[in-house]
Amino acid sequence: MIEVIEPGFATTVQDEGRPGHYRQGMAPSGAMDLASYRLGNALVGNDPGAASLELTFTGPRLRFTQAATVAVTGGDMPTFVNGREAKAWMEIDVSAGDELSFGFLRSGVRAYIAVSGGIDVPAVLGSRSTHALVGIGGFEGRKLTAGDILPTGTVRNQASSLRKLLPEHIPAFSGKVELRYVPGLFSYRLSTRGIDQFNGRTWTVTPNADRTGIRMTSTEGPLEFVDGERPFGAGSDPSNVVDAGYPVGAIQIPSGTEPIVLSRDAVTAGGYFTVGAVISADLDRLGQCPTNGTVRFVPVSIEQAAAARQASAKYLSAAIAALSH
Amino acid sequence: MNDVHQIKTGIPGTFYRKPSPSEPNFIEEGASVAVGATIGLVEIMKSFHPVTADRNGVLDRFLVEHESQVAPGQDIAEIRLVN
Repeated sequence: MIEVIEPGFATTVQDEGRPGHYRQGMAPSGAMDLASYRLGNALVGNDPGAASLELTFTGPRLRFTQAATVAVTGGDMPTFVNGREAKAWMEIDVSAGDELSFGFLRSGVRAYIAVSGGIDVPAVLGSRSTHALVGIGGFEGRKLTAGDILPTGTVRNQASSLRKLLPEHIPAFSGKVELRYVPGLFSYRLSTRGIDQFNGRTWTVTPNADRTGIRMTSTEGPLEFVDGERPFGAGSDPSNVVDAGYPVGAIQIPSGTEPIVLSRDAVTAGGYFTVGAVISADLDRLGQCPTNGTVRFVPVSIEQAAAARQASAKYLSAAIAALSH
Repeated sequence: MNDVHQIKTGIPGTFYRKPSPSEPNFIEEGASVAVGATIGLVEIMKSFHPVTADRNGVLDRFLVEHESQVAPGQDIAEIRLVN
């Protein structure tokens, strides 16, 4: 078991998520940076899908009641075992009574703690991911608080030496992020000039960002819309449409001023036009967009999105296959 | 012993010196502070989080402006420690 001494800013249990319930208005949740989460599980020898802890901005202080191996992945956050610094992206042996703590975040937004055996909270609709807005999954459907006791799964036989990610496979988290997106469903609401404005601007990530969505701003005025009468059922604002679904990664731009990119705890439908959706290969990058960092949106085709998705999968299997002892 | 100490923020966001626009600052430069005292707020994810003193002493000066953007690990204020 793991005792939570201090919870950190917003620490939740996450796994691969619970896809398949979107039509009932249930977002999939799951790790905001799936690649870092998956690499963590591979590092500690867990089966894919074991639940980990997702840390946001600041880390928790945890005490282990029994020996385990852990791995810290994702954004760069100094890690300490009993006050002594330990390395990220490799297995760390902890003994009963050891304390894990963290320093100030140096890049990205989120880090992951994978634990041998996984965090063994009950699965809800097939997933241990926390959906805090709905209050289901994870540890009692919420972020951790001091005093929580986390059950962990049976520790598997550990290899004789510690696994480590090769340096060339460690992702870099930049303060300047490019997000590729496929235009649609409502990009026709913007004029040609409006689309050029959207693609041409450098957007700044605001502090209004969480697992539901990431809001961005710019110093320039609203994007240019196409004029014309709004259909029955849409609102009066030029960014309104008749309610429709929002895919994960959807980019909505209320009043054409501040884009909000919906993430893994997305609102699943509503009445804002969406200029497009960030491709799945770049959702991890979205989850690591640092506050006050900059974002540029790059339009791509469905074929390019599929190729990027394959390239991501290939990188991940190569990185996992090359874990060295 | 080092007699100056920096109070840091762990979270990024917008820094405020006062609890709300219509209220006075939490603390002025030159005033005494005790461990746990709130010296400002950081707004992130639509919620406000106190920045608290982790030492006793005199708050010599703020190192960031009211309503400015701060980053994780950034120094917020300097305390002169009182032995």
